[in-house]
Amino acid sequence: MQVNVRLFARLRELVGDSALPREVADGATVDSVWRSLAADYPSIAPYAASISCAVNADYAKRSTPVSDGDEVAFLPPVSGG
Amino acid sequence: MRQTLITNNVLDPNELLTVVYGPAVGGVTSFLGVVREQNQGRRVLHLVYEAYTPLAERALTRIVDEARAQWPELMIGIHHRIGQLAIGEASVAIAAASPHRTDAFAACRYAIERIKQIVPIWKHEFFEGGDVWIEGATADPEDATAKDTAMRIACR
Repeated sequence: MQVNVRLFARLRELVGDSALPREVADGATVDSVWRSLAADYPSIAPYAASISCAVNADYAKRSTPVSDGDEVAFLPPVSGG
Repeated sequence: MRQTLITNNVLDPNELLTVVYGPAVGGVTSFLGVVREQNQGRRVLHLVYEAYTPLAERALTRIVDEARAQWPELMIGIHHRIGQLAIGEASVAIAAASPHRTDAFAACRYAIERIKQIVPIWKHEFFEGGDVWIEGATADPEDATAKDTAMRIACR
């Protein structure tokens, strides 16, 4: 199945894309999507402990399962205001 | 005028005040976050704000709901600007209104503290000699400790 990964701020710059479709295995979770992305783009790996995650524009846990067509976002630490 | 908004347009704090006015209101507070020309010894040229807009709007709504749970008579509006901002321009505008001033002051402070904790917006600072992404809090709206910290700051 395929998910649409969304990246923001420095993560977007490190990967060079704000949106990228990714093939993931059945049973994939937010965490497994992140780990496969970080394997392909090692420069983002240091963010593993500091990112937040969202599925379909709602905050999600690493353990959240993903489905075909989901938008899976990885968010570096925020700095609004 | 919407109660919560992520926008590319210049913020209008006076218009935001009209969102919170009502006959029960006895006190209104407002807060503007403004782009500063110095940051950590760097001379700032401008900031570019980026948002994950649909989630940022949900997070603002969540902050409104949290504040109204704490202060049931509160009216509050929060607008955040994104895109490129010059020195002196407002990045965030908050207006809070309540029958009494104490709750209006506290709610306004609570909102800005929570924005910095849980709203997916990022500052890209362009300064003399380079640029840097500002990274603050790992956003977790379910983190009760962070929420308590914001409430403690608001009510001290």
